[in-house]
Amino acid sequence: MPLLLKGTLVTIEITFLTLAIGMLIAVPVSFGQVYGPKWGKVLIGIYEKVLRSIPGIVILFLIYYGLPRVGIQMSPFLACVIGLGLRSGAYQSQIFRGAIQSIDSTQMRASRSLGMSKMQGFRNVIFPQAFRVALPPWANEFTIVLKDSSFAYALGVTELLRQGRYIISTTYEPMLIFLTIAAIYFVITFTLNKSLQALETKLIIPGFDIREKIQ
Amino acid sequence: MSENKHILRVENLRKSFGDNVVLKDVSFTMDKGETKVIIGPSGTGKSTLLTCINQLVKPDSGTIYLKDINVTKAEEMNKIRARIGFVFQDFGLFSHLTAMRNVMIGPVKVQKMNKEDAKNLAYEELKRVGLLEHADKYPAQLSGGQKQRVGIARALAMQPELILFDEPTSALDPELIGEVLAVMKDLADNKMTMLIVTHEMGFARTVSDEIIFMEDGVIVEQGTPEKLFKNPEHKRTGEFLFKLTELYGEGDE
Amino acid sequence: MFNNIVEIVVNHWPDFLEGVGMTLLMAMIAMSLGTFFGTILAFLKVYSNKFVVSIVSGFIEIIRGTPMLVQIFIFYFGLPVYGIRMTAFGACILGFIINSSAYQAEYTRGAIQSIEQNQMTAARSLGMTRNQSIFSVILPQTIKRAIPAWTNEFIYLLKYTSLAYIVGAEELMEKAKVIASRNFLFLKIGKETGNSWYGNRQIKKIASKQKLKKLLKKKEKLKNMKKVA
Repeated sequence: MPLLLKGTLVTIEITFLTLAIGMLIAVPVSFGQVYGPKWGKVLIGIYEKVLRSIPGIVILFLIYYGLPRVGIQMSPFLACVIGLGLRSGAYQSQIFRGAIQSIDSTQMRASRSLGMSKMQGFRNVIFPQAFRVALPPWANEFTIVLKDSSFAYALGVTELLRQGRYIISTTYEPMLIFLTIAAIYFVITFTLNKSLQALETKLIIPGFDIREKIQ
Repeated sequence: MSENKHILRVENLRKSFGDNVVLKDVSFTMDKGETKVIIGPSGTGKSTLLTCINQLVKPDSGTIYLKDINVTKAEEMNKIRARIGFVFQDFGLFSHLTAMRNVMIGPVKVQKMNKEDAKNLAYEELKRVGLLEHADKYPAQLSGGQKQRVGIARALAMQPELILFDEPTSALDPELIGEVLAVMKDLADNKMTMLIVTHEMGFARTVSDEIIFMEDGVIVEQGTPEKLFKNPEHKRTGEFLFKLTELYGEGDE
Repeated sequence: MFNNIVEIVVNHWPDFLEGVGMTLLMAMIAMSLGTFFGTILAFLKVYSNKFVVSIVSGFIEIIRGTPMLVQIFIFYFGLPVYGIRMTAFGACILGFIINSSAYQAEYTRGAIQSIEQNQMTAARSLGMTRNQSIFSVILPQTIKRAIPAWTNEFIYLLKYTSLAYIVGAEELMEKAKVIASRNFLFLKIGKETGNSWYGNRQIKKIASKQKLKKLLKKKEKLKNMKKVA
């Protein structure tokens, strides 16, 4: 059991690092998509398209087995976090961009007409609204990243699933162990979704319909 | 005397979007306490003119002075915009803020006023437009007329030297227009400097000091309401005013 | 580098083609069955009694809340405990179908509910029974509305078929271990499987390797004996 706990911690670590790297990429990238110059938009568009259409496992293999060919070598854990992070960056940037663009353009014009700079307008007016719009799809991305952290198994990272495999090799209880693992994943996704939903409800603005904007 | 007495001086303003020339050589001035109304068929560059004045749209050529600052060459445009109020056709209220906070945000974030003072100020401005009891409502909970009054209060809270109104009543249901015009008339009576694009002929006739008639990107004629309505110099002015008055009525005032 | 790529593609294009075929096959099977079961689940969720609804919702929640890889491992490693055996390919397909059903059930439910609101009353007011309304009014419209979502679902499935690689590799490793333990040839077989890890993604290709195949049968027997004991 403590082994599964250890594995769970690794899984959570991968999830958080992946999301963090993804967000680090996604914030400037989504900004570039909305406010940047044309060539920037094209480059970012390519990044998004490519990373969103390659299967996660293939990205991990490219990084772990492919990059050493050009002299870049890294541990399975790092390869996994970077690979999934790059991919999550593409998805998150799409979420953020969609959220920013869903905010009516008058909001920025009105901010500017009050004498706010573009940055002030973004911080005080666009962001608080876009944040609320982005929350539900972002919660969804969180779940996906958590589940896809199991891809790390393929590189030999001892996360939850591989830890389970090790236990099975000594206990010969595959059904019990895998069901326990499934339950652990489920409990995490469930709690996570519920708490983010609670946050969503807490942040609700009367009459400001998020669902309408997501469509 | 010198030209510095004008609050606003627009000279030879030109603007085109692609091949479409929207403003061709527009010039006029405004003095302190004046209310001027711009009328004209849609698509003649009235709204573009307003957005050029606060530089939300950059004109191709021409100069704009706010008092003695050349706005078109200004480096700190944000500071200048803070001195020019703007009221939008579609209100432009910040959806995530209550009416009170909508009015407070300018003073707090732009003028760095402390929150307590800003709150008192917002209280005063909301009272002025008759919306105190709705101070804690969000834009989506207000009627169109109420939204526009918050929009006006928000502009007022910045203590602007001039307020630009871009068709403030065009998006409103007929029965809600009156309450907004009443607030604007009150402002005019209190000598606020206002430049208003509108189709409300009754308002233009009774409240404004001067009417500017624009068509196809040029000012066709400007003068007192009396002059434009009774004996316009241009035939076109008369025709347009006649059509509008027929369409919108002379107003209640 | 570029020459390398060209060389690899030129020399191995039949392998690539076969791989693409396999991927498409898996995605298509999963897609069609997923759509079928997903639609059924969606209608059950909207139209059946509370008990069924809670079971269906629970099922959907659990499937969507756990990694597909874990589910496939349960089918592949777990079910044999109860005597249900399947190949890695079978376990993967089963996983894809179940996942696709759960996700599509949710989209379709959304579609049904949005159509339901005005169409049901209209259908009933014409004198149709509830079932008639569902099958002749709601269902056709639901399917029409679900079509755009199918593209997304198919792309999603295409990407997730790569999970089969992991399970396939597991299958391969398992075989290798058995062979190795019987022959004390760790090194050699380790190399062999290592090569196939890189070279061939196809599970069946590896299984067809003669040397392995022979040993495989013995292994199976051995395993069964172990269980009985």
